[in-house]
Amino acid sequence: MKAFLKKLKKNPYMIAGLIITGLIVLMVIVGLFWMPYEPTKMNASEKLQGISVKHIMGTDNMGRDVFSRVMYGSRITLLIALGTVTIGVVLGTIIGALTGYFGGILDEVVMRIIDAMFAFPSILLALVIVSVFGTGWAQLLMSLGIAFIPSYARIVRGEVLRCKGMDYVESARLQGVSQFRMIFVHILPNIKGVLASSILIGFNNAVLAEAGLSYLGVGSQPPYASLGKMLSDAQQYMFTVPSYCLCPGIVIVLIVLGFSFLGEGIRRWK
Amino acid sequence: MKYIIKKFFSMIITLVVVSFCVFLAFNVIPGDPALRKLGTEASPELIAQVRHEMGLDDPLIVRYFNWFTSFIHGDMGTSYNYNVPVAGMVLNKVPITLTMAIMSFVLTILVSIPLGIFTAKYENGFIDKAITMINQIIMAIPPFFSGIIITFIFGMIFKLFTPGGFVSYTEDFGGFLRYLIFPSVAIALPKIAMTVKMLRGSLIDEAAKDYTRTAFSRGNNTNGVLYRHVLKNAMIPVITFLGMLLADMVAGSIVIEQVFSIPGISRILLSSISNRDYPVVEAIIMGVAAIVIIINLLVDIIYRIIDPRIEITD
Repeated sequence: MKAFLKKLKKNPYMIAGLIITGLIVLMVIVGLFWMPYEPTKMNASEKLQGISVKHIMGTDNMGRDVFSRVMYGSRITLLIALGTVTIGVVLGTIIGALTGYFGGILDEVVMRIIDAMFAFPSILLALVIVSVFGTGWAQLLMSLGIAFIPSYARIVRGEVLRCKGMDYVESARLQGVSQFRMIFVHILPNIKGVLASSILIGFNNAVLAEAGLSYLGVGSQPPYASLGKMLSDAQQYMFTVPSYCLCPGIVIVLIVLGFSFLGEGIRRWK
Repeated sequence: MKYIIKKFFSMIITLVVVSFCVFLAFNVIPGDPALRKLGTEASPELIAQVRHEMGLDDPLIVRYFNWFTSFIHGDMGTSYNYNVPVAGMVLNKVPITLTMAIMSFVLTILVSIPLGIFTAKYENGFIDKAITMINQIIMAIPPFFSGIIITFIFGMIFKLFTPGGFVSYTEDFGGFLRYLIFPSVAIALPKIAMTVKMLRGSLIDEAAKDYTRTAFSRGNNTNGVLYRHVLKNAMIPVITFLGMLLADMVAGSIVIEQVFSIPGISRILLSSISNRDYPVVEAIIMGVAAIVIIINLLVDIIYRIIDPRIEITD
């Protein structure tokens, strides 16, 4: 513990990352049990107020409390980011490990498809899925998850190819280990370091993508709050009530910043 | 040459895979386009006739083939809602998106390369540390949020442009470019931060290699080594990265157009999605994807010209 604190002291990125991410997660957890106001409750007599004791982030054009909506929106954003990265990592790892390990025609075909997916911008994929299946957070989660598979598949495939020729794999093979066990018990644990840093980057990208798509109005639908949609609603009131627009925007920035500081901190952790 | 041909074929394969997936996605949607066109009152015979005219009773693969070949010839289908050719609705918007992407690309190169060289040259100095820190923060700001802030600061406080006052390139080309500077900055900001970080890291890695020491020992000064030897090698990964960025900027402009209320392809795309005007959505998605894929091919070729050591891998 002492050694940990000593290392932490020399790593300002880690400290900043832990504090920012900690605060955001705390806000979301508190929001599960208590919010100052109902995030969807409108109040015509209190619309477009600035920052005050009663509403610490002011109110929106329908008199809803911005802070409560930010609490709810951050929850959705984090859940979608978590889901996206989970889908991407699990399916990407399976695809990458199998193609990398077995190679051959399967590898060739799957990699061509992965290349094609890689060339297809994730925002377009999301828009295709939304226009086919309709708008909503589930569609958003599905499209972002699919969009994240190729990058993880490529990373894992490359690593598996690298590990395949190593002595420990050879010795496991001589012991008669099954192919399934070889991939998932022997090889995969050895690439978790590479995977860990790409997971944090993935979180960042997922939060940014979710915010961008919900800004376009294809994420969770009104009256439920999402950070991106709040920004697009707030844009026209930027001059009259800057807090309405700035607060959700700054929260998005803080979520991303927290993860990127954590990533940077882990990279510098020696 | 062999390399270019191989890359070209792999691009064609990518295009076919992508276009087939897009086509498939829009053809499994429930609902009959012929019924849509005629209304629910139409007689079954008429519907059957129109279905035949629209080619809807052909097998899927034939329909895909027809769609793909007419797409290449510039016929992108007919809008359900406006009953006009999609090509006419979309093609005149393409210059807006492309201009914006190219402007932000040029901006990214102009700012990030000097800044990247500077931070690497004064590694761990005060300014380097400050820029690295600011970079982390800028990378965390989504372009649409910086776009809103730019509109606020430069549009509403300094009045350098009128928010929402977009002028078309056919009316006033200068005014068109002036208006697009601000959205381009919003797109470029996080990309500049990424490129600076990338170039700095790449320069520092290269500077630690043996040939750098050799170049120094032959009596070169820092600038000589940096510009004649290290920079050339350090640029190789950065160029691949820049290529990915250009493709990214084309797709990213969809969101930014919305922030600056530019009547580009983004507006048609989003309204067509909510109106379920599938031929329009299909054409735009396919068009943007094709642009992105072609950019990727060009980057691969340029990359090969710069660094002939690149072998065909995979």
